[in-house]
Amino acid sequence: MGLFDLFKARPKNTAKLAKERLLIIVAQERGAEAMPDYLPLLKRELLEVIRKYVNVDPDAVQVNLEREGSQEVLALSVTLPEK
Amino acid sequence: MGEVIVVTSGKGGVGKTTTSASLACGFARRGKKIAVVDFDIGLRNLDLIMGCERRVVYDFVNVINGDCSLKQALIKDKRFDNLSVLAASQTKDKDALTQDGVAKVIDELKSEFDIVLCDSPAGIERGAFFAMYFADRAVVVVNPEVSSVRDSDRVLGIMSSKSRRAEQGQTAVKEHLLLTRYSPERVERGDMMSIGDVEEILGVKVIGVIPESPEVLSASNSGVPVILDENSDAGQAYTDAVARLLGDTVPMRFLDAKKKGFFQRLFGS
Repeated sequence: MGLFDLFKARPKNTAKLAKERLLIIVAQERGAEAMPDYLPLLKRELLEVIRKYVNVDPDAVQVNLEREGSQEVLALSVTLPEK
Repeated sequence: MGEVIVVTSGKGGVGKTTTSASLACGFARRGKKIAVVDFDIGLRNLDLIMGCERRVVYDFVNVINGDCSLKQALIKDKRFDNLSVLAASQTKDKDALTQDGVAKVIDELKSEFDIVLCDSPAGIERGAFFAMYFADRAVVVVNPEVSSVRDSDRVLGIMSSKSRRAEQGQTAVKEHLLLTRYSPERVERGDMMSIGDVEEILGVKVIGVIPESPEVLSASNSGVPVILDENSDAGQAYTDAVARLLGDTVPMRFLDAKKKGFFQRLFGS
């Protein structure tokens, strides 16, 4: 660091930030890779059906495929709006 | 039977061709019979970095189409007679590479050479796919920078599920990372991810670290792969990487920030 740099605000440790962001996105994308291709469409259609009856937010529907040993479990979770 | 090694990355501009050219010369210098193949169909460049651009008569697609024999298309390096280059075609036809065609060329090369080095284009399209499809080993070139690391992870994922080894249920493609444009000074300041950071994110070991170095550009300017510049840090780092790829144990070099003098520290770099 030079003499004149003392007067400049030092940027934070951006490498650490990069690493944290990458760990999250890489884990997420690896998970998505293992998902079957039909999952996004399934999620959209489920959302449409649910919305016929309850006005839920798009984010309120979570569709996850989990592996438990040799079994695959499709977990559907819908958060209903508060009355 | 020779071994197929792909040099890939996903992201462009990280140093795949520079790396392919240097590794090829490095292996040749170690006495290996090696062929290096440019898979960047449409955008030929390896010949330029290798310095043999004026000697390209036939290319990869010519061989696939049967316009010439493989032997006629291979360009012998002027520096090492155990090193040959197969140039990419400049055709605009995106479908010029066919799976059967590439398989035939790769198998013929494997029977003739100890190592077949495949220089992948950027992206995950056809050329990049075929470059990695037949690989036994992969050198994933990565810059310590967010987009490069993320793209490398994508490429590693594709390789582990779509390569010929994966399809045929053989042992997985052996993966290595090669970190390029590394700046120990910036790592020390916390502006750049370290070797350990990249290894942790991608879960793959680093086989070499090439420091950011002006000699890399001079080397491409003159068509002499930087590994042959024995005075440069980058050249020596590539020599070490080749040794490690051949199974030698060589300590990592050029990882410490250069100490600045008093005045340099006082007035900044």
